[in-house]
Amino acid sequence: MASEALVQLFHVYKQYAGEGPALADATLEVGRGEFVFLTGPSGAGKSTLLKLIFCAEPATSGQLLVFGRNVAKILPRHVPPLRRAIGVVFQDFKLLPHRTVAENVAVPLEVRGLAPRDVARKVAVVLRSVGLELKAGKFPLSLSGGEQQRVAVARALVGDPALLLADEPTGNLDPDRTVEVMDLIEAANARGTTVVVATHDRSLLERYQRRVIALESGRVISDGDAFRRRAGS
Amino acid sequence: MTARQALRALLAGIAVWAAPPAGAAPAPGGTLRAVEQRRELRWGADVFGGAPYVFQDPMDPNHLVGFEVELADALARRLGARARPVAGAWDKLLDLLARGDFDVALNGIEVAEEKRRVCLLSRPYYAAGERLSVRRGDPSAPRTLEAVRGRRVGTLPGSLAQRILERAGAVVVTYDGGQDQIYDDLRLGRTDAVLLDDPIAHYYADVQPELETVPGSFGEVRYAVAVRLGDEPLRDAIDEALAELARTGQLRALYRRWGIWNAGTAALLGEPYAARPALSEAWEAWRAAVGRPPSLRERLLVRYPRTFGLFARAAGLTLLLTLSSMALAMAVGALLAAARRYGAAPVRWLAVGAIELIRGTPLLVQLIMIYFGLPELGVKLDPFVAGWLGLGLNYAAAEAENYRAGLESVPVGQGEVATTLGLSRLQALRHVIAPQAIRISVPPMTNDVIALLKDSSLVSLVTLTELTKTYSNLAASMRDHLGLGLVVAAWYLLLGLPLARLGRLAERRLGRHLRRAAA
Ligand SMILES: Nc1ncnc2c1ncn2[C@@H]1O[C@H](COP(=O)(O)OP(=O)(O)OP(=O)(O)O)[C@@H](O)[C@H]1O
Ligand SMILES: [Mg+2]
Repeated sequence: MASEALVQLFHVYKQYAGEGPALADATLEVGRGEFVFLTGPSGAGKSTLLKLIFCAEPATSGQLLVFGRNVAKILPRHVPPLRRAIGVVFQDFKLLPHRTVAENVAVPLEVRGLAPRDVARKVAVVLRSVGLELKAGKFPLSLSGGEQQRVAVARALVGDPALLLADEPTGNLDPDRTVEVMDLIEAANARGTTVVVATHDRSLLERYQRRVIALESGRVISDGDAFRRRAGS
Repeated sequence: MTARQALRALLAGIAVWAAPPAGAAPAPGGTLRAVEQRRELRWGADVFGGAPYVFQDPMDPNHLVGFEVELADALARRLGARARPVAGAWDKLLDLLARGDFDVALNGIEVAEEKRRVCLLSRPYYAAGERLSVRRGDPSAPRTLEAVRGRRVGTLPGSLAQRILERAGAVVVTYDGGQDQIYDDLRLGRTDAVLLDDPIAHYYADVQPELETVPGSFGEVRYAVAVRLGDEPLRDAIDEALAELARTGQLRALYRRWGIWNAGTAALLGEPYAARPALSEAWEAWRAAVGRPPSLRERLLVRYPRTFGLFARAAGLTLLLTLSSMALAMAVGALLAAARRYGAAPVRWLAVGAIELIRGTPLLVQLIMIYFGLPELGVKLDPFVAGWLGLGLNYAAAEAENYRAGLESVPVGQGEVATTLGLSRLQALRHVIAPQAIRISVPPMTNDVIALLKDSSLVSLVTLTELTKTYSNLAASMRDHLGLGLVVAAWYLLLGLPLARLGRLAERRLGRHLRRAAA
């Protein structure tokens, strides 16, 4: 798969004040259309890597290109447009409690200045795809955890992002809900969205058989489809 | 009537009542030219408790009556104009005149040397004796000037009577309120005597059987019409008109009708004086109206209904002022709160300084500065705008603090969520943080609207006759403080309760995501 790279890291270091490095000499590439698991023990630097990619944190040194652009050189006011091309899903959903399900999903579209009619149409389509069309008018706090995470996935996908980042998206879900949410993410990948999922749930790696990047103490200790190979061997 | 028509009617009513016509400032060619051109003489007076000068007819408060009303009409007619009264606080009349709110001030303005620095005075039109009133049958009542030493004596501030009393060593009690309150305090024993001008004593002391007025005068004061400095042509025209009214006997007839014809005024006008004529119809009407308190039935069926128009107009003004000031307060308050929370250091300090300055000073001071102070810098605002600005900015400080509390109540994480979704900081504030902050800010906002509704009474200072001013005018002229107090309370509730209800509705609506979660 000779693909164009969406994310490239060259010897990236990230050091938080007064800590050891959260990322050390990380060099890796994620190509368009790929589905990548990011794994490693707690504190390995998974979340840090995702934060660097969507410009929530700057790298301490090294070079990081997102969509081919050096994020160290992006002006603050160009960060929001860049982020609109990236969908993000968190372990704790991070829904806006004062907005209904439909209104939560609509945020990324409203920000883009889409006409209300188009917003409503797209939101309805996305909510149907995550099976929540009947919950559109509910508020997040009245939904189950699995439903809330499906809302979050819908919100991350509604703007057709080129890249979807998910940080422990199933960390708070039981096994059945986990599969529901992961299937949604996989379906998005099948439609062409590049996906990076951080998880330390080994069962996911086995079930989905994708490229796995393993981190430990901030270092990339392995990169490849190890599980697939093992499964196939 | 559609809402739109109603609003237009309301606005039109307020415009007539409140707005000082454009070009009130000395026009080129002077005020006289302006009066002749617009065929209207605007004269300033305080209708608060001013019988027999300028007051609301106690039988029908929609009519302004008084010997000075008739005098202004007669003067205006001689100038080829119609007289239009403009309401202002009595102790501020000369300031309002200088500001250009009206052409002349005509309201028992005493001739005194120090006034000539701030205005021109016409020839005097009336001479009043200073009369001492005491409780009837009070053995210790002071009945001479010597006897008032050390006693509590009531009078109007800035009057000749006050200076006489101070010289005599009395403990002087002055009132911003109406004359009736001065005499009520005497009757109730809060003061030992009242020294005031002849007409006032006649209209307020002589109608109360519990009071008597000591024979003889303790000094003489003369009233003149005040005109802005530099308006000599208008002053001369008024002098001429007054001379003409005196020569033709119209002034004498007028004073007789009001029962205030006296030796001093006769001398002033160069007429022979004979004792008071038997019939002074206006005085008799006054005595009939206030001498005996009307029955409850008459009040409820006749008198209060007649106040409806006045109160309704005042309520319209009060409501419009409250809503528009609150809108201003919300807009400016939001800016201040945002500046304080998100601004760079200098902006933050500026916002904090503005908030503290506004919160730390009385609204009354701010209103005086805006209305009377700004003209010194060449900024002359019309009364409604001045009141709107004063109230709006004052409440902006309260709103700013209120919104700050709301903003601080939103978890920081919410802003982070918004920015990860690709919202800019401003968009995050608008779409995510503000909607949640409002939920915290709405309950205190509801309180603020009600407080603003009540504080709007302070704008009577800038000549706006809103509800409270209307009440105090009516209570003074109808001599009915309790009953009309209940009437005005009903009007305030009529305005306030829907506002409070609106606030509660908003609270409920904004809180719906919590209720549904709980359900
Ligand atoms: N904002 C921060 N300030 C200081 N140190 C931080 C910060 N965020 C993360 N770290 C540190 O950086 C290291 C990597 O953290 P990170 O959150 O990336 O790990 P993780 O792999 O996502 O772990 P987990 O599986 O527990 O989520 C940890 O040692 C953590 O303490
Ligand atoms: Mg993590």
